Amino acid sequence: MKKFVWFLTLILVFTLVSSACGALPGGQSSGKFRVAVVMPSAINDLAFSQSMYDALVRVQGDMGGTDKFELVYSENMFVVDDAAAAIRDYATQGFDLVIAHGSQYGSSLQEIAPDFPETSFAWGTTVDTFGLPNVFAYEAASQEGGYVNGVLAATLSTSNVIGVVGPIETGDAKLYVDGFKAGVTATNPDIQVNVNYIGSFSDVALASEAATTHISAGADVLTGTAQMVVGAIGKAEENDVLWFGTQSNQTSLAPSIVVASQVYHWEGILKEMIALIQGGTLGGKSFKAGLANGGEVIEFNPDYALPDEAKTLAETTIAGIKDGSITITLP
Amino acid sequence: MISELFSVTVLIGILASGIRLATPYLYAAIGETFGQRSGVLNLGVEGQMLLGAFAAFYVALTTGNLWLGVFTAMIVGAAMGLAMAYVTVNLHAEQGISGIGFFLFGLGMSDLLFQKLLGTVETVKGFPKIHIAGLSDIPGIGEIFFRQNLLVYGAYLLVPIAWFVLNKTTLGLKIRSVGENPDAADSLGVSVARIRYFTLILGGTLSGIAGASLSIALLNVFQQNMTSGLGFIAVALVYFGAWRPIGVLGGALFFSMINSLQLWIQVLGIPVPSDIAVMMPYVLTILVLVATVSRVRAPSALTKPFEREN
Repeated sequence: MKKFVWFLTLILVFTLVSSACGALPGGQSSGKFRVAVVMPSAINDLAFSQSMYDALVRVQGDMGGTDKFELVYSENMFVVDDAAAAIRDYATQGFDLVIAHGSQYGSSLQEIAPDFPETSFAWGTTVDTFGLPNVFAYEAASQEGGYVNGVLAATLSTSNVIGVVGPIETGDAKLYVDGFKAGVTATNPDIQVNVNYIGSFSDVALASEAATTHISAGADVLTGTAQMVVGAIGKAEENDVLWFGTQSNQTSLAPSIVVASQVYHWEGILKEMIALIQGGTLGGKSFKAGLANGGEVIEFNPDYALPDEAKTLAETTIAGIKDGSITITLP
Repeated sequence: MISELFSVTVLIGILASGIRLATPYLYAAIGETFGQRSGVLNLGVEGQMLLGAFAAFYVALTTGNLWLGVFTAMIVGAAMGLAMAYVTVNLHAEQGISGIGFFLFGLGMSDLLFQKLLGTVETVKGFPKIHIAGLSDIPGIGEIFFRQNLLVYGAYLLVPIAWFVLNKTTLGLKIRSVGENPDAADSLGVSVARIRYFTLILGGTLSGIAGASLSIALLNVFQQNMTSGLGFIAVALVYFGAWRPIGVLGGALFFSMINSLQLWIQVLGIPVPSDIAVMMPYVLTILVLVATVSRVRAPSALTKPFEREN
């Protein structure tokens, strides 16, 4: 019995100490802006997660470095339950802004956000804030960069066959692929665009084989979206077939064949959110990154000798999308 | 559009893709076959493959020596197999649970090493395709079978060797008897522990090569969790192949061919929703398994720790 009482006391003391430690950071949030982000893949995936991490690091630099802007992250949170626990932990620790960077985290956030009315949450990619006053939503108009890539791809293809390697036919990936197809068709309706969704965001081997299949079917230009495309880029390089990237700049993987990449620059949206939070508005607004507001940028590979007329065409297309003279009709 | 599926280009494409896709499954599943025939279920294959893939990639990237990469992957896989053997043979741990533990260790460790040592996705120059004079130039057949890299050939060579070792050698007899009736084997002087150590280390070594075949021969990149469930499919293929190397070969080829067929179905624009197409290899494999499952039974001592009765 005595042993049991000792044991119980020990547990109580331990709980008290640990909860006290947990509560400390919450009280001293003044002065420094504190951001936490939860991401489904790695911060260096050359795709979705990296685009957000890189943007946050740039915002940190612009806002005065680590003294003014604290940034913590949880990566590889592909299990939604784990992600939900991390989001709740960060909210408990009193972060000013907790970003749930993945559309799969939506229902978790909908449950968690009302418990922390003082904390601002951001969720993407989506337009839905659940009508909650402390949730921001953000998404990328990835069809815009997809369209520009498609226009360029159609100009550069000589076999008139273009291949696309996609993950799962939904969300951001579907927007990009549909925009790409629209761009190709608008430039040259005779070109055949073969699309292949491999059903996975991580199966590098199948993505690679999908690229090989496209090449066997006659494609001389390829594109693809999500982090498993590194396998497809390798096959494109091996067969000297052109590649168009999206989400992050993929030039480093195959400098000889990457023509251009659509890169997400979330920092504009992030800065707007932070300004709103500092002004007392914690959510209720949805943001869209596009070419017009600098949320998406087409980054050309300087080592690829893009013909001048193609470059000019790309630039007029970008300008057209920005000023609204080009509208992209999605199926 | 459907008729395009039967054109020569497409058929050659499907067969050549299928042969490549089956390669990592073959190494991993043949290794697993040895383990299971001796009575140990190793669910850590995926983890062994991931660490093998990273080790091979990192060594090939830093030294430029591909064979050293393969060798390192073998050592890493063997070490994982040795650890698994200690846990299951000496500590009598529940095999399914400890296997999952080794999978998670490999997943996390390969990720950590990748973050610390590389930091970003890079590419390496892997094993080139081998051109065999004469054979590679045969129309069709040459393209399907004889324009692959060395590790692909190795995987197919492994099948008859594994068959021979399991069925025609004393070692194979010992492995099988330890898996069927460890008490009898033990009473005849066969060391159950030594045999299981051997099969698990061999299995780990082959899983390491399976990882290397991805990272420095077929894909030439390393990314976190790049095997994405491949190791678990390899374990399933051992059941599918009824614990025989030839059966495993059949299963690996069947699964991979259906997978490359569904890639072509989408590329040719045949109106099948992509979600249905990517399900095909799994659904068809399960159907075949259901249709043939009563043929053979598993090794009797599979998943049972061995304890000598006094």
